[in-house]
Amino acid sequence: MRLREPPQTVTFTFDGKPVQGVPGEPVAAALLASGIRLVGRSFKYHRPRGVLTAGSEEPNALVTVGQGAAQDPNVRATTLEVAEGLEVFSQNGWPSLRYDALAVNDLFAPFLGAGFYYKTFMWPRSFWQKVYEPAIRRAAGLGRLSGQANADRYEKAFGFCDVLVIGAGPAGLMAALTAAEAGADVILADEDSAMGGRLLREVEEVDGKPATLWVADVLARLAALPNVRLMPRTTVTGAYDQGTFGALERITGPANPDRPLECFWRIVAKRSVLAAGALERPIAFADNDRPGIMLAGAVRSYVNRWGVAPGKSVTVFGNNDDAHRTARDLLAAGVKVAGVIDSRPDPVMQGDYPVFTAGCVTATRGRHGLSSITITHQGGTRVVQTDCLAVSGGWNPNVHLSCHMNGRPQWREDIAAFVPTTDAIPGMVCAGACDGVFDTQGCLQAGADAGVAVAGGLGLKPKVTLPAAETRAYAIAPLWEVPGKGRKWVDFQNDVTVKDIASAAQENLRSVEHMKRYTTQGMAPDQGKSSNVVALAMLADLTGRGIAETGTTTFRPPYVPVSIAAMGAGGQGKGFAPARLTTTHHPSIAARAPMVEAGLWYRASYFPLEGEVNWRQSCDREAGYVRKAVGVCDVSSLGKIDVQGPDAAALLDFVYTNRMSSLKVGRVRYGLMLREDGFVMDDGTVARLGDRHFVITTTTAAAGQVMRHLEFAGQVLRPDLDARITSVTDHWAQFAVAGPQARVLLNTILDDQISNDDWPFMACGTVGVGGVTGRLFRISFSGETAFEIAVPARYGESLFRQLAAQARTLGGGLYGMEALNVLRIEKGFLTHAELHGRTTAFDLGLARMIDRSKDCIGQAAARRPGLLDPARERLVGLRAVEEGRRLTAGAYLFGKDAKATSVNSEGYVTSACYSPALDCYLGLAFLKNGPERHGEVVRMVNHLRGVDTLAEVCGPVFLDPEGERARG
Amino acid sequence: MARLIALGPFGDLLPLQVGDVTCTEVTRNALWSIAPFAGQHAAVSAQMKTQIALDLPAVGRRAQVGDVICQWVAHDQWLVTVPVTLDGLAAVTDLSDGFALLEIAGPTVEDVLARLVPVDLRPHVFGVDDTARSLLGHMPVGITRTGTQAFEVMVMRSMAASLVHDLRAAMVAVAARDTP
Repeated sequence: MRLREPPQTVTFTFDGKPVQGVPGEPVAAALLASGIRLVGRSFKYHRPRGVLTAGSEEPNALVTVGQGAAQDPNVRATTLEVAEGLEVFSQNGWPSLRYDALAVNDLFAPFLGAGFYYKTFMWPRSFWQKVYEPAIRRAAGLGRLSGQANADRYEKAFGFCDVLVIGAGPAGLMAALTAAEAGADVILADEDSAMGGRLLREVEEVDGKPATLWVADVLARLAALPNVRLMPRTTVTGAYDQGTFGALERITGPANPDRPLECFWRIVAKRSVLAAGALERPIAFADNDRPGIMLAGAVRSYVNRWGVAPGKSVTVFGNNDDAHRTARDLLAAGVKVAGVIDSRPDPVMQGDYPVFTAGCVTATRGRHGLSSITITHQGGTRVVQTDCLAVSGGWNPNVHLSCHMNGRPQWREDIAAFVPTTDAIPGMVCAGACDGVFDTQGCLQAGADAGVAVAGGLGLKPKVTLPAAETRAYAIAPLWEVPGKGRKWVDFQNDVTVKDIASAAQENLRSVEHMKRYTTQGMAPDQGKSSNVVALAMLADLTGRGIAETGTTTFRPPYVPVSIAAMGAGGQGKGFAPARLTTTHHPSIAARAPMVEAGLWYRASYFPLEGEVNWRQSCDREAGYVRKAVGVCDVSSLGKIDVQGPDAAALLDFVYTNRMSSLKVGRVRYGLMLREDGFVMDDGTVARLGDRHFVITTTTAAAGQVMRHLEFAGQVLRPDLDARITSVTDHWAQFAVAGPQARVLLNTILDDQISNDDWPFMACGTVGVGGVTGRLFRISFSGETAFEIAVPARYGESLFRQLAAQARTLGGGLYGMEALNVLRIEKGFLTHAELHGRTTAFDLGLARMIDRSKDCIGQAAARRPGLLDPARERLVGLRAVEEGRRLTAGAYLFGKDAKATSVNSEGYVTSACYSPALDCYLGLAFLKNGPERHGEVVRMVNHLRGVDTLAEVCGPVFLDPEGERARG
Repeated sequence: MARLIALGPFGDLLPLQVGDVTCTEVTRNALWSIAPFAGQHAAVSAQMKTQIALDLPAVGRRAQVGDVICQWVAHDQWLVTVPVTLDGLAAVTDLSDGFALLEIAGPTVEDVLARLVPVDLRPHVFGVDDTARSLLGHMPVGITRTGTQAFEVMVMRSMAASLVHDLRAAMVAVAARDTP
């Protein structure tokens, strides 16, 4: 119920029913205010559950927000802020939260304990895939995804500062203020929607006034400083190398499709202060998971910060003074306190409420909501009627971030808590409750000290004025488990009980890491924030060790779940990868050419004419242009690397298998490049434009790799060579002009006419095109008379249009990637389909291209006997034998009468096409002993596409084997 | 005989304004890459000073005299906006059409770039004429501060459209937030 009349309310729905909320409060507070205690069903046993905490560590109150594409599952109701029209749904209950069919799991609990699945679902064998697994998959998990693509916007950002302060409670605020006023660039991040930490949730005074006023004062001072960035609603999720931190920011505001919902930050800080506070831990007792059983500090949060009483008659159970603090605050708010059960024999009496000393809760009742508890105490046993039980087992400092670089925390017996190890993260100082300081004065002091330390470390001179606040000792007597019968819950989110932990110990899984995996304690989305210490303390007792010796499991980022949408922000749709567009992109799109991706480049696949309905029609026609008239194709995307210097030729001799130093100026040579392991990396051409000036080409998708390879060769392998390499891929727009009429076409656009004599096959040089200086290379990838003409990219589109127009007057036209591929397959020319990284020069029939009179990268490794075995899969051509049956790339080759199983595979097809010139299907393939098997008929099977046909093995060059046509 | 028309890399994508940030195309007279050969830095430096009154700037810096700019862009490599004669002293390569350049400017320009560039661009760390080679999203870029609220971004010409796409998305997101 609400303790005060709110000035303003909003209405949202929970499972379809309207609920009033006050702006600024979490949905959990609004539900409690409306008396709604049942908010979810537990993971395994579908037990009714209610709100346990008031923060991001919440294990029970996980809800789904929204419907359809915007649906978000597993949102914690304790951090989800109310908003007008918000649609909130409970999870894991069917057909309804109240009447859940799978609650029957709870009846089978004796059979479903930890590790049960290691011993079940094994028989009959076939049932696993068909029955058990699908059923388990349907039943598992908590929230559900909508299955629709995310329509919301998310973003990522980078931040830089001198000091990152993590947490804006008393310690964090003092640290930030101290460092900022000394002149440091400070980022202060806090997970909550308002800064102030526990000072917003407790009744405390700082400098004689309410703590909330002190907080507002400090925040105003910080906001006024230009060197401070305040980041509320921002959880620092991880500490990484060299002062890098991940942080998830929740962004709120009025509905706006352009506003991101979350921003994932990477922040680099020279220094950091961890002031992350502490999280309360529960106590394990029989049926300690009923809706209405909450943590004592959380009850104070709801009462003090949001004016919500979680019950009408509240009991408190604890092993430390916080239990009394909760009772005191409840009484002050006018809520009935039915009793404080203090496990210690002599607690300090603090107020006007019944106290049961040396007491424990031994049973609870009320399946859909707590109705009563049974307590055993110094005076005997009794049943107390209560609708809310506030539990405190002590506080766990939030050490997580300090352990993200494989550090471990230290156990302190005096406060029964783990604290961070100093310097576990370079440059990070821990202060306040996260360092085991639980009183406000101590936190203020620690924060100021941290601010001084980090500012001093940066060479600044900080000044501190320390306010005065409450000091008190932290008096606690450890209590992990109440002895006796009953199911006592430890990990609420994964439904792990004390019995499960005992089972792990019994199975000799004594390591805390093994106990974790066996029981799944600590493996749920809450990462065991409320259960880790309790569980390892129990394990310690069971295995006769101390807590320090038992230790914690490894802490890993992220501290809270981070949506994939936030981590991958910007990566949807066109943001996934940059698009590299040629200068002919727009004319190609205008010509309705479908585009294919080659690496990051977009290249036209074919240029359909009016009336063509199938890609083959366009492809066959375009191949015909090149064989019979002239075709024009944009080849700008191939890598072009400019190599200059006194040792340019020597560098090329070192990276290519064949000799480039003997290449004459004005000539081009085909070359092969190997990796250091002797396998072929790339092939391309080398054009010599001058004595010490070369331009080499690479395949489109390998340009970056070749560039890196050349840089490595030049900087690391041969720093003695004086040569410089520069990528010129984007500077030059380059077009293939191929076919019997190629020279005729070129002579209509070149400033000076060329002939077969003055520009023979494999010549290169500078030409004038409309007064613009360009380059011309006579090379052929089609086997026809062909050239590549290059102009600076600003003229690319213009030249393309003119070439296209001229080609059409000669009975030709544009051709795209499909036709380009057909033409080169007909000639047995290789692409990365054949140069796929696992083929050698020997496999490709190019062993003679390795010049033994000089060294080159990969030469030694290529001579390994295993790479020269004739039985290797080696390049052959294939011709389809059966009429109308196609060959497909990716198919496997088998003996004609062999079964098409993997052990019988003798090779595979890398390229295939229909050849209009030869009117049959052709392929390039790798076949064991290939070159020795010409004439043999093999069986080609593509299991994925259901193609099964015969093919004749032959040489890979199907057309004009002497290569006459390219020289004309 | 051909008659060639010159076109820019951005087409009609620029100028672009979202909120208080604008992107406008930057055109340079030319862009020439200079990579000195071994032991020739001093000689190259001397020639540069004679020919264009500019020396090769330090790593991460741009130098400018009048309209002529010389800028460090990579290990042992600079770009200069006019041709220079350095036969035998350096690899000189025309890259005039290899890049697309734009200027992005406005009061929240640093917040926009913070969405995409993992470089500390705070004014006291990255001042006017400081330049860096880094990533903008997934694209390798050169980024140079040209004013208190202005940066020049240089990207491979083929990625010009992706550059505008990513900048626009960041500009829209920043403009839609109450606090950057």
